[in-house]
Amino acid sequence: MAKHDKTDGEMLKGTLDMMILRTLVAGDAHGHTVAKVIERTSEDVLEVEQGSLYPALHRLEDRGWVSSYWGVSENNRKAKFYRLTVAGRKQLVLETSRWRQMIRAIGLVMGEELMADGGTR
Amino acid sequence: MSWLRFFRRSRADAELQEEIDAYLAEETTENMARGMEPGEARRQAGIKFGNPRRVRETLWQQNTVSLVDTLCRDLKYAARTLARTPGFSLIAIAVMALCIGATTSLFTVVRSVLLRPLPFRDPGRLVMLYEHFRDARSNQEGFNYNPVAPADYYDWRAQTHGFEDMAAVRYWQFNLTGERGELPEEVNARGGSWNLFPLLGVPAAIGRTFAESEDRLDGTAVMLTWSLFERRFAGDASIVGGQIHLDGKPYTVVGVLPQWFTYPDAKVQVWVPYLSGLPPDIVPHHDYHFSTVVARLRPDVSLASALSQVEAVQYRLHSQNLNAPVAEDVAPRTINDDLARDVKKPLLILMCAVACMLLIGCLNVANLLVARGAARQKEVAIRGALGAQRLTLIRGQLTESLLICLAGGAGGVLLSLAATQWLSSTWKDLPSAASIHVDGVVLGFACAVTFSAAMLAGLLPAISSTGKAALAALQASSRTAGGNLSRATMRKTMLTVEIAVTVVLLIGAGLLLKSFARLRSTDVGCVTRNVLTLDYSLPAQKYASPEKVNAFNEDLLEKLRALPGVRAVAFGSSLPGEGYGGDDVFTIKEHPPLKPGELLPDALIRETDPGYFSALQIPLLKGRFFTGDDRLDHAKKVVISSALARQYFPGEDPVGRTIHVPARKDADYEIVGVVGDTLWQVGRPVMPTMYFPMLDGGLDHGGSLAIRTDSDPLAISVPVQKQIAALDPELPVSNVQTMQQAIGNSLGNARFSATLVLSFAVLSLVLASVGLYGVLSYLMTQRTTELGVRMALGARRGQVLRMILLDGLRPALVGVALGSAAGAGITRLIRSMLYDTKPLDPGVYVAVASTLVMVATLACMIPAWRASRLDPMQALRAE
Repeated sequence: MAKHDKTDGEMLKGTLDMMILRTLVAGDAHGHTVAKVIERTSEDVLEVEQGSLYPALHRLEDRGWVSSYWGVSENNRKAKFYRLTVAGRKQLVLETSRWRQMIRAIGLVMGEELMADGGTR
Repeated sequence: MSWLRFFRRSRADAELQEEIDAYLAEETTENMARGMEPGEARRQAGIKFGNPRRVRETLWQQNTVSLVDTLCRDLKYAARTLARTPGFSLIAIAVMALCIGATTSLFTVVRSVLLRPLPFRDPGRLVMLYEHFRDARSNQEGFNYNPVAPADYYDWRAQTHGFEDMAAVRYWQFNLTGERGELPEEVNARGGSWNLFPLLGVPAAIGRTFAESEDRLDGTAVMLTWSLFERRFAGDASIVGGQIHLDGKPYTVVGVLPQWFTYPDAKVQVWVPYLSGLPPDIVPHHDYHFSTVVARLRPDVSLASALSQVEAVQYRLHSQNLNAPVAEDVAPRTINDDLARDVKKPLLILMCAVACMLLIGCLNVANLLVARGAARQKEVAIRGALGAQRLTLIRGQLTESLLICLAGGAGGVLLSLAATQWLSSTWKDLPSAASIHVDGVVLGFACAVTFSAAMLAGLLPAISSTGKAALAALQASSRTAGGNLSRATMRKTMLTVEIAVTVVLLIGAGLLLKSFARLRSTDVGCVTRNVLTLDYSLPAQKYASPEKVNAFNEDLLEKLRALPGVRAVAFGSSLPGEGYGGDDVFTIKEHPPLKPGELLPDALIRETDPGYFSALQIPLLKGRFFTGDDRLDHAKKVVISSALARQYFPGEDPVGRTIHVPARKDADYEIVGVVGDTLWQVGRPVMPTMYFPMLDGGLDHGGSLAIRTDSDPLAISVPVQKQIAALDPELPVSNVQTMQQAIGNSLGNARFSATLVLSFAVLSLVLASVGLYGVLSYLMTQRTTELGVRMALGARRGQVLRMILLDGLRPALVGVALGSAAGAGITRLIRSMLYDTKPLDPGVYVAVASTLVMVATLACMIPAWRASRLDPMQALRAE
């Protein structure tokens, strides 16, 4: 597989799937919307790389967590819409709680903000 | 990864393309809303999305089952390479088809004959029981399985408990006619005890099997086999309950056997109960051996313990009848082995022979692949340099041999369909020939053979051509590549093995062929050229008195002798070379009584008309032949064979002595003459023989006519049959053939194994010599430059020729030496199939070795000659 260049907005491995699922909670969406919502919500910190968005969407569909159908976009264009399935919702709950545990654990390890001279604030 | 997605990759890709297009359109619209020019908006959308091809590739990869994908690619690549050299591919495929086909059809036969359980209930617990004599003479031709006497069978059944049940089967023949004697035909029959069919688990297809009350001496129940039922009674079920006439006596048809039931062979037409029609005085005897016994083991008893009970009974019977031929032991045999007794060994040997041929075929294809590997050295080196793993390269080459073997295997299976058909219809001695066919197991076997052949043929060259040395081909001067030398060595090693195996096959074939030639040229002890033989049997009902029997026989012989072209006519109960025909024990009146434990003298019995000996040109050694006066009440005479005189009258004149034969009216017979020995079967030792006058008018007078003619004996068969029909239009004749045909048929096994092994050996020889030629041509091409240098420096053509020739002959000579040594060890296995031929017959070894060296020289000569004709200048410029 081709190697991806590192970008500022690179996401933690596995978090993209979770965020896609989270985005779809609000309602069915097509790929463009999903990417836009993630970017906007993260205040443009996270930039969804298209090279991983579509493979991720297809992967989620294979696992049965989202389903897809062809529909018409808000701009009256034919687009493929994705919908969260029941299994996908369960998976999202699972991943979210795992994610919170992880954040807490990492937060505990990292402690307070580190100053440039090595001391803590 | 799901298989479904794998096959829908293209559709998924097309959908993704649409999705990407939708995204770009969406983004462009948004950009335009932000106030960009349409062109700029599209460009920015494209920049934002990045390379759509990469997204598609990622998804394609994600959907791919990589193993299958590479396999498909390998297959495509291999097919293309093979198609580029159609000559090579066709030869390789033909070789594999031949080898796989031969192996498969032999396996088909072996499986049906030796391995497949018979379609009986729980056949694993069925076992055949025989008597077994301990003395050396009975066992000289291998372990003896002696048929069982009726009284022994009844005692075994009554007095032992290890078997659920035991049934007896005996051979019989009937003259089947309609009610008024119309449509006569000789039918093969078996007498089976009433419990036989329940024991085997064979129900009647129509009607019922025999009842216990029908199994008696005057029983008249009969069962038809399906083939007779279909053929003669047009499958009309109303025949059950009706009557048919056997030997002029009415029998009631109680049932019809199922179509699949062809035990013990397909020739049997009717079954009667075991006792039905047996002469009453035979039943209580322990020394009338004519039955086979099939027993069903009880599930809770081991064969050994069940058998030991029967052996105890048998040994007691032996002790109670010390002088009579009552065996000491009991010998078991599986029901499959029992049916396959004569063909088991030839089959196994043929199987070994085809396995050898298969090995040679694989080595040959491997050799061809190595040669191709040499031509593709650069390609392999470049692929290796570009990062292909060694395993990938080996897999690629293996795929090629797999393709060759698959095509060969498919051709082989088609070939084996035809070959199996031919084998089962031509090889008369095969039991259950009708059930021999290709089925799933056989196809599975063919697949297994194909894949192992592909591995064997592909792995060696693949490993050798992808080694580290392969990269050396990229170096500037590729002619010094180290791979060449080791590869040449490997090819020579394979050749040596090929030639050694060929030598073993040739030696085996040579021995079998020589033994067959010996059999063919065996002197049976009488004239066999221009002799027509045929059998007939007078029905007891119609020829009820000795006078009637004699009148018919004498009338017929007189008429036949008067036919134009007929030189002489013999009539006897059986003819030389045409089988056992029965034996009887006797005592010699003038000799002292036997010591306890000494076996009674035993000899074959024949009944002959007075002209028998002179017509068959069996020489008179002492005394006289029978005359027309030795008839009816004056028929207590016997003529003995030279072997009988030697064995039982050593150093005395047997003529005038008297022998007493208990089984023959319990009467005394005066020895009137001694005649030369004849063989009862070609390839078997001479046995003492007693001849009794046919004209005693006994009522059981089936017999064989032998008519010696001036020219082609078959031309006289119709006039002969007309004479018989003129005397009795209802009398059927059978086995109309020349004596040489009759004797030749009895050699079917020997002829078959000799010719088949020979043809496998010749094919192997051709393969080996093609291999030799190929290797040498290849070596010569490799050495073109070297040879050019040599010649430029002054080497003469003769020297070059000798050098190349020796190079090729060395593996051949080593192979011959190895093969001869192996042959000496292996041919001991076929010793029992050889007649009058030693396993180490020097003639055969010399012939094989010289044939091989000659063929090898021829195969090497062409490339060597070509090498010596090289133009040095051209050779030097070759690279």
